[in-house]
Amino acid sequence: MTTLSFDSSLDPILSRRAEIQKIASSSVKRRRVYSRIGIAVCLLCLIVACIPLLAIIGYTVAKGLPAWNSAFFTKNMLPEGIPGGGLYNAIIGTVIIDAIAIAVTVPFGVLGGLFLAESDGPVAGAVRFAADVLTGVPSITIGIFGYIIWVKNFGYSGYAGALAIGIIMVPVIMRAAETALRGVPINLYEAGLALGARKATVARKVTLPVALPGLITGVLLAVARGAGETAPLIFTIFGNQFLQTNPSKPMEALPIAIYSYSSQPYNDLIEIAWGGALLLMAVILVLNVGARLASARLRRERR
Amino acid sequence: MSDRVYKILLGVVGGIFVLILVGFVVAMATQGVPAFSKLGFSFLWSSNWDPTHNHFGILPFMVGTIETTAIAVILTVPIGLGTALALAYLAPRRLRAPLGTAVELLAAVPSVVYGLWGLLVVAPFFRSQIEPGLSSVFGWTGLFGGANEGVGLLLAGVILFIMVLPTMVAISRDVLAAVPHDQVEGAMALGATRWQLLRKVVVPGARVGILGAFTLATGRALGETVAVALVIGNSTHLATSLKANAATIPSLIVSTFGEATGTELNVLFTAALVLLVVGIGVNVLARVFVRSVKRSGAESVAVA
Amino acid sequence: MTTPSDITQTIGLTTQEVFVAQEPGTTKVMGLEDVTVTFRGRPAVRGVSFDAYEKEVTALIGPSGSGKTTLLRALNRMHDTERTAAVTGKIMLGDTNVNDRSTDPTLLRSRVGMVFQRPNPFPTMSIYENAVAGLRFNGVRKKSLLDEAAESALVAAALWDSVRERLKVSASTLSGGEQQRLCIARALAVEPEVLLMDEPTSALDPIATKRIEELIGELKDRVTIIIVTHNMQQAMRVSDRCAFLLMADDRSGELIEYAPTSKLFSEPDDPRTLDYVNGRFG
Repeated sequence: MTTLSFDSSLDPILSRRAEIQKIASSSVKRRRVYSRIGIAVCLLCLIVACIPLLAIIGYTVAKGLPAWNSAFFTKNMLPEGIPGGGLYNAIIGTVIIDAIAIAVTVPFGVLGGLFLAESDGPVAGAVRFAADVLTGVPSITIGIFGYIIWVKNFGYSGYAGALAIGIIMVPVIMRAAETALRGVPINLYEAGLALGARKATVARKVTLPVALPGLITGVLLAVARGAGETAPLIFTIFGNQFLQTNPSKPMEALPIAIYSYSSQPYNDLIEIAWGGALLLMAVILVLNVGARLASARLRRERR
Repeated sequence: MSDRVYKILLGVVGGIFVLILVGFVVAMATQGVPAFSKLGFSFLWSSNWDPTHNHFGILPFMVGTIETTAIAVILTVPIGLGTALALAYLAPRRLRAPLGTAVELLAAVPSVVYGLWGLLVVAPFFRSQIEPGLSSVFGWTGLFGGANEGVGLLLAGVILFIMVLPTMVAISRDVLAAVPHDQVEGAMALGATRWQLLRKVVVPGARVGILGAFTLATGRALGETVAVALVIGNSTHLATSLKANAATIPSLIVSTFGEATGTELNVLFTAALVLLVVGIGVNVLARVFVRSVKRSGAESVAVA
Repeated sequence: MTTPSDITQTIGLTTQEVFVAQEPGTTKVMGLEDVTVTFRGRPAVRGVSFDAYEKEVTALIGPSGSGKTTLLRALNRMHDTERTAAVTGKIMLGDTNVNDRSTDPTLLRSRVGMVFQRPNPFPTMSIYENAVAGLRFNGVRKKSLLDEAAESALVAAALWDSVRERLKVSASTLSGGEQQRLCIARALAVEPEVLLMDEPTSALDPIATKRIEELIGELKDRVTIIIVTHNMQQAMRVSDRCAFLLMADDRSGELIEYAPTSKLFSEPDDPRTLDYVNGRFG
């Protein structure tokens, strides 16, 4: 027995194997505990991350729903202290401003996406870079840009707001359009060209229709992004207690109404702010979910 | 439309777009520079903000921006990383996708809603529960002096943390999940526990992308405006306590812009210019990080 | 201090085993009895029984779909992370049933190492850190032991001479063949009793492949090797015994024949083996 064991310790491999296995089995309990603790901490982080989501959605629904009465949707904002006001002017303002922004940015963004998808040179690189930078720049600076180039010359107006929101939306649409268009099978594109069609015709008749779900995803995400922005509007549309449907005049918008009402010391105004927050959040979440569904459908079809 | 015209049209659209960015920077610069000719450079590090007497020191706001961002990032990095690991590797498989979507949707909630919720729901809770608790436990550090107001630096930092968390989580989760599966199996086959393979192989393998996520989250926190303006208390003085009211550069701009004229307006433009430059810098950096992850990923596939 | 008798106890060797561990082909290291691997209840490979012996190389051969890799991955519990996978049957490593729930998979994997189809060194670690990664995972902190094991493993993997001057350099600077040898060294450093190799040369060029094959011949004195290969010549060159698997009519793999390599290739008992071996050569 003793001599045989001595034998094994003479072989450096066997003795090292024994030493390593001894360390491994004596440390395995500790390692397993560490692993469990680490995993538990990560799962705890996940729970911590989900709490604000539940809290913010829960509170907004609970506080906002009671504010949704007919006055909320049909009456304009009223000065503090006078009950019975609503957010009609703000809702209409947001719809008009966002509609203008969409009308301008969707064609512009899709053309820009076509440009990016069809070219790979330094110009395309610069455009892509500009788009990426613009997506990440603090939105307040875009508001100030709108102030400098529009408000300083033509005064506060819905157009200035649409300009600022548009600058926020364009890069989102462009990059999404590029991705969607690049996903179109190249043989479709080449088949169109081989038939003698012009590039513009191929784009209009072949690539754009095929890429449509991706384009819709991009537009929905862009609108969701733009509609929720507050800071750019503060510097461009100014706010307006009254209904204003002429976009060349100062207008009201939902985010601004929520912002200005939230710090008012009047409970009825705060209730309206919650109602506005619920409306804004619901619209934006619906747009986001819609965008996800569109892209999920796209992925299924491509498969 | 002939091919030529079509090409020109697309080129013009691309060109206009680049021009917008260039015009953006130029416009901000021309409006931001006059403050220097009127005030010199000292307003950048003066802490005296008193527009009625023509003092425009913006140091308190730069410090406030850094402090709130720091609080947000200190909370976001560990919690975001833990959440991302859970979503990429640890949570029950069936829950990963829906929970991931839920966290991503948090990023879509408009910032004004965060501000409203922070001011009306979280601030009272901070005033009655969190701040007294922190003062009694950590009062000796001197970080928690002054009255319990709810609003202030700490609340702004915490709300920012909640706002930038989805950015951190979504990008980190993607880069963590992109670590090649054969690396994970390699570690497993050597006798690594799940935690060891995550800490020693997966997280290091994704570190550049995580750095990108961290940078983007920082950029978002630096530039956030209305939510911060609603919960920070908007004081023009340097904060002496985490509970104290303060202001950041964006919150200063949004809360004083309406009444500002003359030199004060110039100073606000300069502050916005600083924000723009920092914002562009942070974004370029983040994209370099995230892009290099994608490229090195492609390379490792090509090599194998 | 570790006394010699401690060592024999820890590694689970009886004195008899130590004594007879001199001649190749006499000591059974790993024994499979009726091993079946199922995915979602459908068997991918079923009813496999054979033994692997010390100081020998056992090759698993067969066409694709015959379940070679699936079977190999059962031997160090790599199917654990795949929820739909289930392994039944007995896989004995010494006195340990690999497939028993009470067997800790991390400890098991320190006794049964694995080398994969594609070289997968950890790109964020240096060459040295790669070599000692398994030791660190298993709780080894002693610098002298780490150094000693790393050097021994890198020497054994025929890598030491070319990397001894650049141990701190990232492992991704190595060539594909060197990376695979580093992965072998990484597995060897833990001093496993069994080394599983899953088509270790399939991603390598012919010269790198030749070096790995030579290496396998040198390593078998140190560790029992079970190798999956789709390459008949390679199986002939490197293995002492061969297990031939084939996909049955129900699309699950089964063991057709297990024999010494020379017999399996020259005069197999089963006509299907003969067909396969000849088909591949002819």
